[in-house]
Amino acid sequence: MPVSRPGPLHLFKLILRNTLRHPLRTVLTMLGLVVAILSFGLLQTVVDAWYAGAEGAAPNRLITRNAVSLMVPLPLHYRDKIRSVDGVKAVAAANWFAGVYQDPKNFFPQFAVEPLPYFAMYPEFRVREDEFRAFLRDRKGAIVGRKLAQAYGFKVGDVVPLKGTLFPGTWEFVVRAIYDGADARTDTSQFFFHWEYLNETVKARAPQRANQIGIYIVQITDIGRAAEVSEEIDALFRNSPAETLTETEKAFQIGFVKQTEAILIAVRIVSFVVIFVILAVMANTMAMTARERLSEYATLKALGFGPGFLSALIFGESLSIAAVGSLAGIALTFPVAEWFAAKMGTLFPVFEVSAGTVMLQIACALAVGAAAAVLPARRAIGVRIADGLRAIG
Amino acid sequence: MIAIPLRYSVRNLWTRKLTTLLTAGGMALVVFVFAAVQMLDAGLRQTLVATGQPDNILVTRRAAGTEISSAVERGQAAVIGAQLEIAAVAGGRPLVSKEAVVLITLPKRDTGVATNITTRGIGPAGPALRPQVRIVEGRMFEPGSSEVVVGQNISRRFDRAAVGDRLPFGGREWLVVGIFAAGGSAFDSEVWGDADQLMQAFRRQAYSSVVARLADPAAFGAVKARLESDPRLTLDVKRERAFYEEQSELMSNFISYLGLTLSVIFSIGAMIGAMITMYSAVANRVGEIGTLRALGFRRASVLWAFLLESLLLAAAGGVVGLGLASLMQLIQISTLNWQSFSELAFRFTLTPRIAAAAIVFALLMGIIGGLLPAVRAARLNIVDAIRSA
Repeated sequence: MPVSRPGPLHLFKLILRNTLRHPLRTVLTMLGLVVAILSFGLLQTVVDAWYAGAEGAAPNRLITRNAVSLMVPLPLHYRDKIRSVDGVKAVAAANWFAGVYQDPKNFFPQFAVEPLPYFAMYPEFRVREDEFRAFLRDRKGAIVGRKLAQAYGFKVGDVVPLKGTLFPGTWEFVVRAIYDGADARTDTSQFFFHWEYLNETVKARAPQRANQIGIYIVQITDIGRAAEVSEEIDALFRNSPAETLTETEKAFQIGFVKQTEAILIAVRIVSFVVIFVILAVMANTMAMTARERLSEYATLKALGFGPGFLSALIFGESLSIAAVGSLAGIALTFPVAEWFAAKMGTLFPVFEVSAGTVMLQIACALAVGAAAAVLPARRAIGVRIADGLRAIG
Repeated sequence: MIAIPLRYSVRNLWTRKLTTLLTAGGMALVVFVFAAVQMLDAGLRQTLVATGQPDNILVTRRAAGTEISSAVERGQAAVIGAQLEIAAVAGGRPLVSKEAVVLITLPKRDTGVATNITTRGIGPAGPALRPQVRIVEGRMFEPGSSEVVVGQNISRRFDRAAVGDRLPFGGREWLVVGIFAAGGSAFDSEVWGDADQLMQAFRRQAYSSVVARLADPAAFGAVKARLESDPRLTLDVKRERAFYEEQSELMSNFISYLGLTLSVIFSIGAMIGAMITMYSAVANRVGEIGTLRALGFRRASVLWAFLLESLLLAAAGGVVGLGLASLMQLIQISTLNWQSFSELAFRFTLTPRIAAAAIVFALLMGIIGGLLPAVRAARLNIVDAIRSA
C-alpha cells in the first residue's frame, strides 16, 4: 500500500505538537531569544544614537572652524569675509559654552548663537513666533529644546544658572522659548542663548578674549557646490594666523563620532556576541531534541518519509521557536528603548529604534533559527534506521 | 551521607559532548564580555592614576575642570610658584612647571581620522615633576626652540611624528627631536614642547595650569586653603592624581554601567541555556536517578550531583571565557576622552580581582541555572522514577 503524501497541514500540525512536547524547554528557549533580540536591538539603537548628530545634519550647512582644533577660536571679522564668498547665503557665529548646570553630571550642549541667522538656518528647530520674539527682546534670554525642558523641568520664565568652565563665573539665563523638533530625529536637548550677551560680558571681564568665535555655520545656496565653497572659504584665510577648516555639517559631526570609534566598535562586537550566545542556547535545544527523537526519525524513515520531510520538521520547529521568541523581543524593544531613553535624559539626544534595527533583528532571528537546525537535521537524515530504532535518548 | 562520585557528573557531561560544548560555549562568551568590560575600565583607571604623581599638585582656574578650558594668568602663576611648601631641586630652583595646554588635530595613520591631541608646553622643571617620563629615542627638546618631543603612542599611531619629522601647527613647523615613554600614563598620548614657544605660536596670554611638587605631601591642605581663599586668585588646587582620576570619571562610568547592564542581560541568556541543559539531563535520567535513590543515595546527594554537573559546566565556561579575555590584554584601545576632549590610549588590564570576579560570576550562573533542575531531580519519587525507565 503506497503511503499517501502528507499535506502541509499535517507537517504544520506535527511541528506544533513537537514544539509543545517540552513546554518548559520551549518557553525557556523563547525567553532566551527574547532577551537576546531585545538587547541586540538596544545596542544597535545605542550605536544609531551615536550617529544621530550626523543623521540630523543638513546638506546645505557647512561648519568653519580653526584648522588647529576646535578649541582654538577664530576672529569675529571672518564673518563678513565668509559671507562675501560666492555661493554663501548666510553665516552665523556660534560659541560652545560648556557650562555646568548644578552638577557636572547634568550634561547638555549649550551654544551662544546669533539668533536671527542661526534659527533661519535650522528650520527643523520649531519655535513659536511669540516666544521667539520674547527671546529676541531679552538679552539674557535662552531657547531650550523640548527634551531638555522635560528632563530638568524648565518652563518659560524660569531662571537657569550655569557655572561656566570656559567662561568663568555663574551665568543666569531666562528661558524665553522652547523649541520642538521637526521630526523624531531632531536633537531637542540643546540650550541656546545670545552670542551678543556672551561677548559683552567677556569684553567687560577679560577684554583680550572678546570677539572670538568657536565656529561659523555657513549656509550655502547650492548643495552641489559644497566642496567648492568650503575650499574657497579656507583659501581666504590660508597663511593667516588663524587658518580655517571648512567641512559639511555631516562631516563635522562624524568627526566627533570617529574619535570615539573604538567604543562604538566594542558595542557593535558585543551586540553580535549576544547573538552567538543565543545561537549556542538555541542550537543546544535543537540538538537535545534531535537526540531524544532519533528513534522517531528512524520510524518516519522506515515509513518512507524522505530527508526533505525530516528537514522540514526540524527546521520548522527551530524557526517557529525563533520566530515567536524574536517577535516578542522586537515588540519589547520599543517600550524598553523608550524607558531607557527617559532614564538617560539628555545623554542621547535622539534615541529611536530604527526600521533598520528591526530588520537586523529579524535577520538575526532567522539566521539563529536556521543555523540551530543544521546539525540536528544532518544527524536525523544520516541516521541508519536500525541504529535509530535502537537508540535511547 | 554518601556522596555520588564526582566521576558520575563528569562523565555525564562527557557523553553529551555537543550539548556540553554549546552550553559551556555560551557561558564562556558571557564571561568573556563580563571580564573584557571590566578590564577596559581597569585599564582606563590605571592609565590615569599612573599619570598623576601623589605629591604633585595641579592648579587650574576655578571650576575649569580640565586643563584645556583653564587659564592661569602670569601673575597668578607667580603667586603659586612662590608658595614655601614647594620642593626645590639641588640648585634651589623650585619644582614648579607653568604649563600651556592646547589641542591640535592630526590624522591617524591607519584610519585617517582627524584626532585631537593634547599638546603640552612645559616649564624647565616639567620633566623633573614627571619621573615616569623618560626619553626612549632622540633627546629632550631645547628650551626656547621650536622643538617638540612626542609620546610613544603618538609616534606609533600618527604620521610625521618620528624623530626628524616636522609637525605643522600653530603657524609653525615643529621639529620632532625625541620620543618619550611615560609608563603607560596619559602622557604617552601627548606632544610636549616649550611653554613660552607654544604660547607665542597660539598667541595666548595665560598658562593653562601650574604643576608643582610639595616637599611634604601633608602640606597639601594648607596650600590648598591658602590659594583657594586668596581673593586675587580664582583657582582650584588639586592633587595631580585626583585631578586625573576625575578626568576618567565620565568614561569610566559609561564603561562600567554599560558593562553591568550587558553582563546582567547576557547572564540571563546563559543561565537559561544552563537550565535547559540541566532540565533535559534530569529528564533523560529519571530511571537512573530512581536507581541511585534505590541504592541508598539520599535526596541531598542527588541534588549535589546535579548541581555539581552544572557547576562544572559553568567552571569550564568561566575558564575558557577568562582565557579569551586575557588575550585582550594584547589590544590597546585609543579613543577620545570626553572630559579632556583629546586622544587617550589604554590597554585592557586583567587584575586578579577581575579574574576572581569572572570565575565567581560563572559559578553563580551555574548555581542559578542548575538549582531548579537539581531540585527536581532530588524530589523525584523512587518508585515512579524506576518505573518510568
